[in-house]
Amino acid sequence: MKLHQTAHILSTYSADTFGVCSALFELGGMIVMHDPSGCNSTYTTHDEPRWYDTDSLIFISGLNEQDAVLGRDDRFIRDVTESARQFQPAFICIIPSQITFLIGTDMKALARIIGQQTGIPCFTLPTNSMHYYTRGIYYALEWLATWACQQQESTAAGPQADQTVAASPAPAQITSTAHPTNPLRVNLLGVTPQDFSLNDADTAMKEWLQTAGFSPQSCWAMGETLDSLIHSTEADVNLVVTYGGLGAARILQQEKGIPYVIGTPIGAMQELLAVALRATAEDKQIRSPYLNGISPTTGQTDSTASLSTLTAAPPLSLSSAPMSAGTVDNPAALADAQSAPMQPQLIVGESIYAQSLAAALEAAGCGHYQVIVPVETERTLLRPDTLQLTDETDLIPRFAKARTIIADPMYAPIITADAQLIRLPHEGFSGRLYAKEIPNLITRSGFTALRAKCPQ
Amino acid sequence: MLQKINGHTNRACRLLKDADPREFFPRTLEFSPPARGTWNIVHTGLQLPEAHQIYICASGCLRGVILTAAERGAMNRFSTIELLEKDLVRSDNERLIIDGVTDILQGLPKLPPAVLIFTACFHHFMGTDLAYVYHELRQRFPGTDFAECIMDPIRQTRSITPEERLRREIYRLWRPRPQESRTCNILSGNLPTDATSELTQLLQTNGWTVRDMTTCHSYAEFQQMAASCFNIYCNPFGHKAARDLKQRLGQDYLFLPQYWRYDETLNNLSQLAARIHVPLPDYRPRIAECELALDALHEQLGDTPIALDYTLTFAPFSLARLLCEHGFQVCRIYADAVTPEDRADFDWLQQTHGGIELWSTKNPDERVTPRGTSGKMLCLGQKAGLVQRQPVFRRIRRRWRPLWL
Repeated sequence: MKLHQTAHILSTYSADTFGVCSALFELGGMIVMHDPSGCNSTYTTHDEPRWYDTDSLIFISGLNEQDAVLGRDDRFIRDVTESARQFQPAFICIIPSQITFLIGTDMKALARIIGQQTGIPCFTLPTNSMHYYTRGIYYALEWLATWACQQQESTAAGPQADQTVAASPAPAQITSTAHPTNPLRVNLLGVTPQDFSLNDADTAMKEWLQTAGFSPQSCWAMGETLDSLIHSTEADVNLVVTYGGLGAARILQQEKGIPYVIGTPIGAMQELLAVALRATAEDKQIRSPYLNGISPTTGQTDSTASLSTLTAAPPLSLSSAPMSAGTVDNPAALADAQSAPMQPQLIVGESIYAQSLAAALEAAGCGHYQVIVPVETERTLLRPDTLQLTDETDLIPRFAKARTIIADPMYAPIITADAQLIRLPHEGFSGRLYAKEIPNLITRSGFTALRAKCPQ
Repeated sequence: MLQKINGHTNRACRLLKDADPREFFPRTLEFSPPARGTWNIVHTGLQLPEAHQIYICASGCLRGVILTAAERGAMNRFSTIELLEKDLVRSDNERLIIDGVTDILQGLPKLPPAVLIFTACFHHFMGTDLAYVYHELRQRFPGTDFAECIMDPIRQTRSITPEERLRREIYRLWRPRPQESRTCNILSGNLPTDATSELTQLLQTNGWTVRDMTTCHSYAEFQQMAASCFNIYCNPFGHKAARDLKQRLGQDYLFLPQYWRYDETLNNLSQLAARIHVPLPDYRPRIAECELALDALHEQLGDTPIALDYTLTFAPFSLARLLCEHGFQVCRIYADAVTPEDRADFDWLQQTHGGIELWSTKNPDERVTPRGTSGKMLCLGQKAGLVQRQPVFRRIRRRWRPLWL
């Protein structure tokens, strides 16, 4: 048995700080990582394909040892304030990294001071570069949702309108907007290049919504502006396509009564999600078709049967669970994995995306796929046999028993010759290395091509 | 030029005549230009034959170095130990390193002769007892040499940089051996020195054996370099290593900076000739060849403006001076500092060509400065090329790639 935390040959997933940057990239804000000089180049080189042709105000503080030891927060405040005055960003996000976290820099206080000095909204998020990108996206989009709700309230027509929004029970409000002649308005939550790359998957998701009779209200957060996100509070229902979008969904449900569905529109999941979105818009219950729409053990092959299963399935009771990855910090997940049966077909990836893909392949007659989630998620989002595993020592035994593994090519060195690796590059894992190969699984052709590689 | 940003002065640019060589641009937030092709510590470490690299840091720090190794197709020579939040409160981070490295080495198909271990800022701040760690590892693996490298960018502006330390630690792997006459090493280079260069020719035609880590095929061959009489280096990252080798192995050294002008190059070669006790060859024919080539280039380029940056050369001001002295229109230089060896050329340019624009490569204002030019511009170096975009860069699938590379 090899040790946890050691990787003989595997990569690591993108960090929480980079997830924040990715989520906020296009929204006109200024994001400052409080970290030593050069530490931002990893993000801009490997984790941000938009860096080459989309200007975004993402900087690093260039923290040095002396300033860290002497607590020269004044320099950080001065530098951020100076640049904020220069650029007049829509907001300022300052995020700690490993050393600022270690020395206990009071980022909230710094954000308050910078906000007061510049008059520009300034906030911080709980990052430290010791977690994965999903966590950063989650917190960033969650903040955006809070902000959007506040903005929507403050820009409402008048005091009476505000009172109406506050007093109206959310269900009645949404039912009234869900008139058959007015397509349901849907926000896509959790869309970043870390999970979808730059292969027009975001556009494909919007097109799918339109084809399915919905009106795409917003996409968090690709192809949007901060202003357009304010209007996302007018949506009828949210679709959480990766775990990073779940925090925003919860806020929008809590503050605006907008219910949500969880799943990525891949293959047969598109029909299942369309049904779920309509049902959820009506009864305000959370649904996640990959969890209760397709039996993971029988491998439904008939999409009609799946649809009927979905409509008959009870809504999901999704309590908030701790966010965790499959590292040694999560002994419960490792213990669960010890007792879980070995499955011959595996998918490794982000929790909602990978499980939706598994469900789609199962519906397409490819048999059952067990999903392994290395990055942060919540246990309640996982199918019964989905595992949270990150380290080589935990992955190797699983891979050794598998016959087919759908995973990033960087997992290849720990996959035995007996198993078939179906390459599914993931920007959040291998960065730009295989970016050209990342398929757009939202399109029929993209999914069909992947399915054709899978044993039937 | 010098456009204002939201009514403020562009902090990323100033005229050469106004630049303070002690600090071109005041310290502030930093921007990372979307042009990354320079070498980092992973590339340098991979030059050591048969060596394995192990990095111990948080995921955010690991990611850049892992993907660098992956892009070089070298993941089989690269491993990591990922620090988690719980490690911030544990009192035995030494044990994590020792056990982790042991685990990694025992899992390799063959024990490597050398291992480069990179601890991080984290260990410095936590006060990890690295002396104990290396003592223990050397006990466990007596047949393996351990290089004590550190990836600690938090210290680089006021202390030894990771690049300098890495080079020093790599050469510290040399075990003392009797010196061989008429042998010399070229230290710290990223690439092999051109066999047709004046430097190599001067040594080899006079019976000297030239050794260079970049051309070594085995660790044993690398160790053989310890027997050389003296060291030459052109890369300023080699200062610490060269001084350390003189102190430790008694190898004298010559720093021959990568200059561009004839008198500077001749001065370098004169020093080398004196050191190996041979007369300086007559380089006038070579200079005449260069002059012809420069004239031909000038005829071709005419008044085409030229931008150059520090990624092309360690001495951008020397190159700029050469070009200016030959009538080329240098309009922009991208550099955040001037090295001591390039200072004289900087001063000359400042006095004679003060209208040249000096641009920072990492000031935040660079991010919002309009890119591209209305006409053609010759860009020397990836950062200059990226900022000017045309005609040397073209767009390929959302990536900017230089055509001349």
